[in-house]
Amino acid sequence: MVMPGPLRVADPDAIRAVLRGVADPEIPTVSIVDLGMVEDITVTEAGIAVELLPTFVGCPAQQVIRGSVIAALAPFGRPVSAEFTFRVPWTSDRITVQGRERLAATGFAPPAEPADVRCPYCGSERLAMDSAFGPTQCRSLFYCRDCRQPFEAFKPV
Amino acid sequence: MTTRALDASTQAALADFLLSMADDEFVIGYSDSEWTGIAPILEEDVAISSIAQDELGHARALYELLAGLLDDGRDADAIAYDREPEAYRHAPLLDHGRGDWADTMARRFLYDTADTARLGAIGGGWPPLAELVAKIRREERYHVMHVTLWAERLARAGGDARARFVAALEALAPDAPSVLAAPEGEAALLEAGILVRPMAATVDEWRADVARILGPLGISLALGSGAAPRPTRTTASADFRWLWGEFTSVRRSEVGATW
Repeated sequence: MVMPGPLRVADPDAIRAVLRGVADPEIPTVSIVDLGMVEDITVTEAGIAVELLPTFVGCPAQQVIRGSVIAALAPFGRPVSAEFTFRVPWTSDRITVQGRERLAATGFAPPAEPADVRCPYCGSERLAMDSAFGPTQCRSLFYCRDCRQPFEAFKPV
Repeated sequence: MTTRALDASTQAALADFLLSMADDEFVIGYSDSEWTGIAPILEEDVAISSIAQDELGHARALYELLAGLLDDGRDADAIAYDREPEAYRHAPLLDHGRGDWADTMARRFLYDTADTARLGAIGGGWPPLAELVAKIRREERYHVMHVTLWAERLARAGGDARARFVAALEALAPDAPSVLAAPEGEAALLEAGILVRPMAATVDEWRADVARILGPLGISLALGSGAAPRPTRTTASADFRWLWGEFTSVRRSEVGATW
């Protein structure tokens, strides 16, 4: 994680770079930037305002993520506000290419329609969807008939 | 988030509509969460719990919109939890107890299809609601897929499964149109573009959806006519009072605490 010094200039690119070190606690290997949750960063005399998009309306991680964003940006030495909005709906195609690669590398299939899901371990398309609903709101349960591994896939929304 | 100013009667109609929708999602969410840990199979335990979590999330977002609109000092939690049972405005369809799995799936089927039709009738007249609805619809799609699979599974299983599911549908059918009862001040909501069509038209659309899914399963339901008198949304059954006691118990145990 990049630790900015107190004199670091608070420009949106620098802020975005720091936010690459903030993760959703339910998906710790992918940053909120790569998940496409950071919609807007505004820097004014009043401070830094970050606009975030929840992946699901009822995602219980929202308050934790808000707190992590505020803590991560504290070294810029300006007031930080981090608010969730529905102004733009988060959709699974907001996940970046790098984010999709990181998901697959950690055993989560990136979002795709059920017929297009591939096993993140062996790449097989011989899969069974056990349930559209997984251990968190954003994931479904699959089973790979080739490498016989159960895995979770992001829901396309 | 910019909002065009609403006149007093439109604002009152919107508040009533938001409260009804939020209470529907809140009550079915809590009701379904009663299955957590005891659903028929493990995958279904996860699924119904996830769906319940979605519904409570939708309720929370709707209560937050309402809190902002009313601006009377109550936050979303205060609106959700600090009312007596008689003040909840959920539809009579959701006033029944959890029942068995067939009852729960029949209720979900009737509610999810009606809720889908209702969400489709909401226009862009008040942007905060339109934005939230756009997001909610992407999630509700999964609820409809889930319950449609269960309807097919139970109906095609024959025997006890089918008999119980059909009996549950028939028992709940008289209350099902209550989800789409015309809200107080429907005319003002239509005028403001918050609704794009009257609920009477939405009921017709929903009835056609239900028939499209249940018809091939050999089930025909009498869902009441659009001309039926408007059902009230102020019943509070013994089942609901029990559920209310459960979902308010933590809040009431230490008034004013932040959990």
